[in-house]
Amino acid sequence: MDLEMNLNASHSMGTTIIGVTYNGGVVLGADSRTSTGMYLTDNVYVCRSGSAADSQIVSDYVRYFLHQHTIQLGQSATSKVAANLIRLLSYNNKNMLETGLIVGGWDKYEGGKIYAIPLGGTLIEQPFAIGGSGSSYLYGFFDQAWKEGMTKDEAEQFVVKAVSLAIARDGASGGVVRTVIINSEGVTRNFYPSDKLQLWHEELEPQNSLLDLLNSSSPEPMNI
Amino acid sequence: MNFMASKQPENSLLGPESDSQRTLYPYVTGTSVVALKYKDGILMAADMGGSYGSTLRYKSVERMKPIGKHSLLGASGEISDFQEILRYLDELILYDNMWDDGNSLGPKEVHNYLTRVMYNRRNKFNPLWNSLVLGGVKNGQKYLGTVSMIGVNFEDNHVATGFGNHLARPILRQEWHENLSFEDGVRLLEKCMRVLLYRDRSAVNKLQIAKITEDGVTISQPYSLKTYWEFSAFENPAQGAIGSW
Repeated sequence: MDLEMNLNASHSMGTTIIGVTYNGGVVLGADSRTSTGMYLTDNVYVCRSGSAADSQIVSDYVRYFLHQHTIQLGQSATSKVAANLIRLLSYNNKNMLETGLIVGGWDKYEGGKIYAIPLGGTLIEQPFAIGGSGSSYLYGFFDQAWKEGMTKDEAEQFVVKAVSLAIARDGASGGVVRTVIINSEGVTRNFYPSDKLQLWHEELEPQNSLLDLLNSSSPEPMNI
Repeated sequence: MNFMASKQPENSLLGPESDSQRTLYPYVTGTSVVALKYKDGILMAADMGGSYGSTLRYKSVERMKPIGKHSLLGASGEISDFQEILRYLDELILYDNMWDDGNSLGPKEVHNYLTRVMYNRRNKFNPLWNSLVLGGVKNGQKYLGTVSMIGVNFEDNHVATGFGNHLARPILRQEWHENLSFEDGVRLLEKCMRVLLYRDRSAVNKLQIAKITEDGVTISQPYSLKTYWEFSAFENPAQGAIGSW
């Protein structure tokens, strides 16, 4: 048995995904290297990272099972059931799959819940979860800035800020920030293109052209 | 995605491996579990860390769980496999309760069941990647046993998994004695856990101590241990080697 490899490899997956609970539901966020929140059922979404094929097939199966479960149950499925279905597939096929998922949803029994399902198929319920290669840059940020009981807007701004910070530093994450807010009222999807995000360290205000800079008030124009 | 082509050498005695699967390596892991027998039963300690390689990824993982009325199971190793073992045990306890015959599975029986499960998986080259500690009290009899991922199992007055074997057991061999009080037992476990905190890189400073007696299982709330770093040698490490740093 090959025991040497992998014990210390923190598996990078080309994206940043985040799930956060707040005082009325959950907010899921991701960069645009994934397709963000993939719909599992009306009130439960999943963020995918890792192998695109693996995460898609797992999500597809779970959506299929959840649909049948909803019919049989006669009401909306719970986020816990969705998360456990994902866990079953991830755990029982751990040798073949390479996908880390974050499930977030709202149901009338438990309110907003976030479940992380990393490689291997461990299921872990948390107040917030981060995943993907960009998440490495966010552990410190969350340790310092996360707090329990945020409002919906605070939570969403927090997620946008976090994904944006990850994009700034992770080569494999990029583009735009997408969020999905799930609560008792339903689901809201939002989209934040890069130019709407705040600038971080060493990032400059984007311009149309050097010529604009030159033509504007120009002390020492070529010293740029 | 990497293609792990499992190619057998020409002189291999293994049969065709077309459909067989094997767990090759763990992903999210828990570190040491330490346990000892004391006057009224068993005390067990484990930290709440779930490591992902070298990253201390999850810091609130409960690695000790009550099993039935009489037992407590602590696990190190792959957390997803531990969660699966808990499901197997759930089913075992459920069927046991359904007999409704006044008898209930004791720690010795649960330990035996776990040993069979672990050993049989090992024989199929698809182990549950855990080291387990099973403790309990039934009818006044204290029981403390351990099983590893390859099926090695035994009972003793004090046991540990992983690094605990190397760092905690020696302390326990010196300081454990029959009929420890609860306070002495807790202090002894904390001494072990503190050493692990200093020396095991996968240890996390958030732990729980569980006790099991004839009356049942209680698992403490999570808490942290104080550590001491004010050694003069730390403050001025280059004292004996002027010019270095």
